[in-house]
Amino acid sequence: MNGPLLEVADLNVIYKTYEGTVAAVNGVEFSLEAGRTLGLVGESGAGKTTTALSIMGLVPSPPGIITSGSVNFAGKNLLSLSEKEMKKIRGNHISMIFQDPMTSLNPVVTVGVQISEALVAHQNLSEAEAEKKAMEMLEKVQIPGQRYREYPHEFSGGMRQRVVIAMALACNPGLIIADEPTTALDVTIQAQVLELMRSLKEEFSTAMIMITHDLGVVGEVCDHVAVMYAGRIVETGSLEQIFGNARHPYTLGLFRCIPDIEEETSKIRPIEGLMPDPLDLPSGCPFHPRCPQCMDVCRTIVPGVTDDGGHKVMCHLYGKGGAAHA
Amino acid sequence: MNNENGTLFAPSSGRTKEREKRRSPWWEVWRRLRRNKAAVAGMSVVILLVVVAVLAPVLAPYDPNQTNIKMRLQGPSSEHPLGTDNFGRDMLSRIIYGSRISLYVGFVAVGIGAVFGGILGAIGGYYGGRLDNFIMRCMDVLLAIPQIILAIAIVGALGTSLLNLMIAVGISQLPRYARVVRASALTVRGQEYVEAARAVGASDARIILENILPNCMAPIIVQSTLGVAQAILSAAALSFLGLGIQPPTAEWGSMLSSGRQFLRNAPYLTFFPGLAISVVVLALNIFGDGLRDSLDPKLRQ
Repeated sequence: MNGPLLEVADLNVIYKTYEGTVAAVNGVEFSLEAGRTLGLVGESGAGKTTTALSIMGLVPSPPGIITSGSVNFAGKNLLSLSEKEMKKIRGNHISMIFQDPMTSLNPVVTVGVQISEALVAHQNLSEAEAEKKAMEMLEKVQIPGQRYREYPHEFSGGMRQRVVIAMALACNPGLIIADEPTTALDVTIQAQVLELMRSLKEEFSTAMIMITHDLGVVGEVCDHVAVMYAGRIVETGSLEQIFGNARHPYTLGLFRCIPDIEEETSKIRPIEGLMPDPLDLPSGCPFHPRCPQCMDVCRTIVPGVTDDGGHKVMCHLYGKGGAAHA
Repeated sequence: MNNENGTLFAPSSGRTKEREKRRSPWWEVWRRLRRNKAAVAGMSVVILLVVVAVLAPVLAPYDPNQTNIKMRLQGPSSEHPLGTDNFGRDMLSRIIYGSRISLYVGFVAVGIGAVFGGILGAIGGYYGGRLDNFIMRCMDVLLAIPQIILAIAIVGALGTSLLNLMIAVGISQLPRYARVVRASALTVRGQEYVEAARAVGASDARIILENILPNCMAPIIVQSTLGVAQAILSAAALSFLGLGIQPPTAEWGSMLSSGRQFLRNAPYLTFFPGLAISVVVLALNIFGDGLRDSLDPKLRQ
C-alpha cells in the first residue's frame, strides 16, 4: 500500500443545536500509517470523539453535519461512500472501542453473540463457524473460550473491556479507534488492558487511534501524538517530539498538570480558565484567552501551522514572522 | 421502565464452577418469581388450563355437541356434574372444550397484537422522527376507539369466524404493544451498545432484532400475559354478542349468551361458564403482575 493508511484532511464538523451552531471540529488534519498508533489528546469537548465518529461515519445526524473535508482510508474517501458501503467498512476494516464497557455491551445478549456480530455481518460465517471464531477471540483477550455463552453481568469491568476489544478485533480490521478505552477502569486494570491492546495490535499489525486525555497512556502506547483544542489540532508530532520538546503553550500546560513525583507540591497546576464555549469560539487563536504567552496577533489572526520535521505547531510563537522562535 | 444494565437482571452471586447450572437472566427471573406465591398460584392455574385444553377429548365425559332432549336443563348431578343445557348437552364437557377455544383465541390474538405491535413500536422507536410520529398517531387513533367497539367493527367488516375474531381482538390490542416496545426502544436506542453494534457494521434489522427487541422482552412478556386475559374477555364478549364463535361450537362467551334465557330456572348455565372466564382472567392477571415484579424488581414495593 502506498502512502498512509488513513489521511484526514481539512475535516470540519458542526452540530446544529437550538442555541446555535457548535463548531465541534475545525479543519482537523492528520495521517496515520499502517500498524502505527496515534494518540489524540485533549480536554473533554475538544472534538476528539467527533473526529473519531466522522471517520466511522457515525456522527449523529441530526444534529451533526460534516461540512467539508476528506477521510481517505486505504485509498477511498469514506465521506463520499454511501451508508451501505460504510456498513461494509465498519467493523470489517475500521472498528471502534468505546469508553465504558458497562454500557457498550448489551446486557441481555451473550458476549459470544456480540463478538460474532461483526463476523456474521462481514464474513458470511455460519453460526457454528462464528461461534468458533468468537471463542478464539475470547482466548486472544485471555478469557476462557467456554465463557462464550455468558452474559456481560457475569464479567468484571476489565474483562468486559477485553470483550469489547475482542469484538473490535474480530474481523481483523486495519484500523481501530479506541475512544478512551481505559477511562472507566481502575489503574491496575488500565495497565493490563493497555498491555493487552498493545500486544494484540502488534500481533494483528493494526493501526490505532487512541483517544485519551491521559498523557501517561499516550506515553505508553502511542507512536504519534496529536493534541486537540477547541476542535483543532494545535500540535502534532512523534511521541519523542511531543514529550521531549513540546512547543505549543497548551501542550506545555497539559504537561505541567501532571504532578511530579520528585517534587513536593501541595497543588497541581491546572491551565487557567475553561474551554471556550463551542457556540462562540474566540477570534484568532482559540487558546488565546487562556494562553500565558498571548500576544496581540493571537487575538485576531488564526495562527498558521509551522512544520519542523514533522513536528507541527499551530501557534504564532513559532510562525513566520513570529516574535520568538524557541 | 428502566432496562439498563444491571437493573433488569441483577448480577448473580458467586459462581461455583461446574456445579451450578449456568445462570442465565431467565434463571434469575424464575428464582424471583418462585418467591411470589400468588404468581405461582396464577401460573399453576394457567398451566392446569392449558393441560385441560390439550387433553379435552380425554377429560370430557361426554361429546360436547351431543344433544339429548330427554336430559335437557338438568341440574348438577353425579351423572352431569355441572348439569345440562337446553339441548341436553353436558355442561362440563362443553366448558372443557370451551377452554380450547378461549385459550386458542387468547394466545393467537395476543400473538398477532404483540408481533405486529412490537414490530411497529420497535421501528418507530428506533428510527424516530416522522415515521415514528406517523406510527404512533395511528396507534393513538386505535386507542381512541374503545377496544370492544373496534373489535365489533372489525368483525362486522370481515364477517364472523374464528380467524376474524382473533384478528379483530389482535388489532384492537396493537397499540398497547406498540407503545410499550417503542418506549423501551427509545431508551435502548441511545445506549452505547447500540452505537457499538453500528460501529461493527451491523444492519438496522439486526440491531432491532438483536439489540432493541431483547431489551424490550420484559415489558412485552408482561403485557402479553395481561393481554391474553383481556383477549379472552374480549373474545367472550364478542361471542356473547353473537359476533364471535357461532353455536353449536362450545365457547364460554356464547354459552353465557345462550344460558341467559334460562337464568331463572337454570342459573348454573351461566354461572359455570362465567366462573371459568373469571378464573382464567384472574389467574392470568395475577401471573402477569408477578412476572412484572420479577422481571423488573425496581418496580416493586
